[in-house]
Amino acid sequence: MMDGLKRGAAAIVGVAESDLGQVADGMSPMDLVAQGTQRALADCGLTLKDVDGLFCAMTQARMSIVQMIEYLGIQPKFIGSSMTGGSSFEFHVAQAAAAIQAGLCSVAVIAYGSTQRSVGRRQSSAREINPYETPFNPFMPTSAYALAASRHMHQFGTRREQLAEVAVAARKWAQLNPVAWEKKDLTVADVLKARMISYPFTVRDCCLVTDGGGAIVMTSAERAKSLKKPPAYVLGCGHGITHANISCMPDLTVTGAKPAGEAAYKMAKLAAKDCDMVQLYDAFTINTILFLEDLGFCQKGEGGAFVSGGNIAPGGKLPVNTNGGGLSYCHPGMYGLFILIEGVRQLRGECGARQTKKHDVAMVHGNGGVLSAQASVILGTAATV
Amino acid sequence: MPNDATSPYATYLSHLKKGELAYQFSPAADRAVFFPRVLCPYTGSDKLEWRVSKGRGTVYATTIVHPADGAPYNVALIDCDEGFRLMSRVEDVTPDAVKIGMRVKFRVHKAGGEADPIPVFTPEVA
Repeated sequence: MMDGLKRGAAAIVGVAESDLGQVADGMSPMDLVAQGTQRALADCGLTLKDVDGLFCAMTQARMSIVQMIEYLGIQPKFIGSSMTGGSSFEFHVAQAAAAIQAGLCSVAVIAYGSTQRSVGRRQSSAREINPYETPFNPFMPTSAYALAASRHMHQFGTRREQLAEVAVAARKWAQLNPVAWEKKDLTVADVLKARMISYPFTVRDCCLVTDGGGAIVMTSAERAKSLKKPPAYVLGCGHGITHANISCMPDLTVTGAKPAGEAAYKMAKLAAKDCDMVQLYDAFTINTILFLEDLGFCQKGEGGAFVSGGNIAPGGKLPVNTNGGGLSYCHPGMYGLFILIEGVRQLRGECGARQTKKHDVAMVHGNGGVLSAQASVILGTAATV
Repeated sequence: MPNDATSPYATYLSHLKKGELAYQFSPAADRAVFFPRVLCPYTGSDKLEWRVSKGRGTVYATTIVHPADGAPYNVALIDCDEGFRLMSRVEDVTPDAVKIGMRVKFRVHKAGGEADPIPVFTPEVA
């Protein structure tokens, strides 16, 4: 799939969040893109003058890359704006790596911004009508993921308590992250008795609705070495798209994370056992279970047991979503950029109280649509190249 | 080439208005295709035949939506016996009585006003 990409030829060298949570009145998505871009460039010691590649995706602008160019006042040699929902930025990383490898650009910025909390979900994302689904009034995207959860529970005996364990682990990580949105103590019982949204999910099985944005800066491995922070090398990329609408998903218990992970591992010449951490897109609690299975961290059907007993929480065997995830840290609608930011920070060892003990290889896995568009990026420190 | 005289959705809808659940069959792929379209997603063939389902199926996945206002309701994915899956709901039982594996049969729900009719299901055994 990504057979033409060279392992470790490109690196993420700068990362930053924009303002998060609830941003100031009147702040636009593009203001957040600009904030993120400026901060991510400052993170690595580059300036806008160095940037010749731009990537952007968001729900609040159909031509976000054009707006980004206008806003930043630069003329990039290469642009990309693939829109696969929340996994867009993992796709952008592979595309930027390819563009850098091919000499089409030398410094690429990948950015995102959303004010969905400030303007409301309805204002931030245009409703699309599907005559084969919309008349049944599924509460989208939640009901799509709930259908997948119902199937997992039926086929493998996964229980609501095990889904809740995912939310509890995310909350424990969030309590270690100074900028996380939700930090109140949370128990399995709290998750189960919260307001029901779409069975088996209560509101605590669902991601947050926040504002937020950010950016990452990529360049060649060669140039990365002379910059401010230790580079996070792109060791592997892969993707898998199985459907757009949930009624067309071939098997609700197996996602495109399987081919995505396999391709990324192949390129990285690594396996799940080599990953020190997983940063994955936890839009709903079932995501974490499905992706840990499909990415090879446990057998299919065993995800419920795997996430239980604090196994993926701070102090557990496998650190998962160390920033607190979309469930407790931040979720502006297309969360995939934030898992790249966290993966890079963990590899650098700059995560303070939530820093993982081992931090050489990070599996970053993005999800878009309704389990539709999956993309994996494996990042590694200089020791892994 | 002249424009197609009718759309896949219009054909599907005309069957629903007659009380039929229509789907497509791809001879090239030797399998059913749903939602209706102009190309077979398994082979790329544009030779798709229209068939009428016997209207029997099995619940593949199910959820209960709890709206902010109003009563909870069912949304389900149904695997029809001819080998295609569609989104629908199971009526005549409470939403929590809809179980995966349950056998169901099709009927048309005629919505009020301008809305198109939609396929819904009821338990095969009342």
